[in-house]
Amino acid sequence: MVTVPESQTVPVTLPGVNVDAVAERGRPLPARELREVVFDVQGLGVSYSGNMALQDVSLEVYRNFVTAFIGPSGCGKSTFIRCFNHMNALIPGARIHGRILYHEQDLYGTDVDPVEVRKRIGMVFQKPNPFPKSIYDNVAFGPRVLGMTDGLDERVERALHQAALWDEVKDRLKASALGLSGGQQQRLCIARCLAVEPEVILMDEPASALDPIATTRIEDLMHELKRDYTIIVVTHNMQQAARVADMTAFFSVTRGGEGQRTGILIEYDATDKIFTQPSDKRTEDYVTGRFG
Amino acid sequence: MATGEATAADQRIALRAPRRRWGEDVIKGALALCALLSVATTIGIVAALFLPAFEFFEEISIVDFITGTNWAPLFAPSSFGVLPLVAGTLLVTAIACAVCMPFGLGAAIYLSEYARARTRKSVKPALEVLAGIPTVVYGYFALTFVGPRLQDLGLPVGVFSALSAGLVMGVMLIPTVASVSEDAMSAVPRDLRDGAYALGSTRLQVATRIVVPAAVSGIIASYVLAISRAVGETMIVLIAAGGQPNLAWNPLEAVQTMTAFVAATGQGDTPTGSIEYKTIFAVGATLFVMTFVMNLLSIRLVRRFREVYE
Repeated sequence: MVTVPESQTVPVTLPGVNVDAVAERGRPLPARELREVVFDVQGLGVSYSGNMALQDVSLEVYRNFVTAFIGPSGCGKSTFIRCFNHMNALIPGARIHGRILYHEQDLYGTDVDPVEVRKRIGMVFQKPNPFPKSIYDNVAFGPRVLGMTDGLDERVERALHQAALWDEVKDRLKASALGLSGGQQQRLCIARCLAVEPEVILMDEPASALDPIATTRIEDLMHELKRDYTIIVVTHNMQQAARVADMTAFFSVTRGGEGQRTGILIEYDATDKIFTQPSDKRTEDYVTGRFG
Repeated sequence: MATGEATAADQRIALRAPRRRWGEDVIKGALALCALLSVATTIGIVAALFLPAFEFFEEISIVDFITGTNWAPLFAPSSFGVLPLVAGTLLVTAIACAVCMPFGLGAAIYLSEYARARTRKSVKPALEVLAGIPTVVYGYFALTFVGPRLQDLGLPVGVFSALSAGLVMGVMLIPTVASVSEDAMSAVPRDLRDGAYALGSTRLQVATRIVVPAAVSGIIASYVLAISRAVGETMIVLIAAGGQPNLAWNPLEAVQTMTAFVAATGQGDTPTGSIEYKTIFAVGATLFVMTFVMNLLSIRLVRRFREVYE
């Protein structure tokens, strides 16, 4: 079950949580009835060759929110985020159980084309993965494969502006993307994703390979982008979740009979609530650093 | 005082090896010998090839050799224009490449991007069996099966033709191209494919716009390997191409390649030291120079088109 608070609760300081960062994030969340549901996840599970990696996850993802998935290694949060754009379908032996409704349509319905899904739901990966092509060709790749080639130059420029990279690369658009720094490469990957104008951006630990300054820039970018996009971010960095996310889901691991690890959703709530007044003891142990 | 110094020296950490490690030296020497063997062999081959070739060019003008259009070294009056042999070699090689390059690359794309793991596991060894068939078998396959089938199709080919030899040679080279290209494509990081799929690319787009460009150096390497083998292939052309020096560039006619000439003349009763005997080395040296230049060119080509993904 998904519980969402109707009113803001009084923050209680827990050790290990930067309350200033939580406050900095800004606006109070709109009341639940004012939120638009983008994804409605119902009893989702994922198995790889019969081993359950993730079990029975139910939650709603709201439009123009940043939703964070946190939890210890192996809790299935990356597996989960890859369900939203059919990336698990590329892994042999992967099976999806349960349902994800995307604007009330079953994302795994029989006539759903992964290519159509990925046009609307973009993704940024853990390790920056620019193509070994020029900066321009990287951003233009998506529009080209999707046939959106009218006004391509403007589209590329717009995406680079949105990803706060334009000023740094405008004089070397024909240079190889591999000459950029790690943080620039990741912003290029974000620009590449924005160039096809998706509705949702999935980010799988987008800053885990970056230094603190580059990380800050990515986080600032997420604040900017949520005005126009719905963002789901997986992170192992709790401070990051506290800084950027409106809603946070905490995942953990259970061990089955044969020692196999299965990820489960423990708690899903407003970020402030998760970090200051978690309703589950396991969440509290995790966010206060006693576990994980 | 003296005792104090001695104690300090005793306590110093030993950073020197207590004794020389002879085993290490022996291994190093043995390994260097292994490397030297192939280098020495290469030098030996070059010497054995070029010394008689130089003797040949003392008697026959090198310009006449390279620009001459009539190859008749064993007849009187003899003529030593190598161009018909070069043309035969290039013609058969071109036909073989027209078969092995597209089909080999297609097979590699299929295996690397489309086939399931189980299919790949069974198809790849099957391809490699194809690569292991002796070339003499391919030669008779070309002569007794492919040639007649071409005639059945209504093509005006004789018993021997550049076309049947080239086609069969191309089939023989498909596994080489497919296997080397597939290795290069499999080495392209998953990250790049994921990135392209996440942007809504189809499998074909991922294959043609990401994987093939990133693997192009490996693909070109497979092509170069195929061309080298086609140029150097002897048995198929000896059996199926006809042994007729021919400058007509007509795939339907019989041709003689440089390798086939060398093999045919070498097994005949040409007396050692005669001018006929030396032609073998002159033709061999020409072949060597051709493949050498081609390898140099291809290395430059690879450097130029390479997309480095690290």
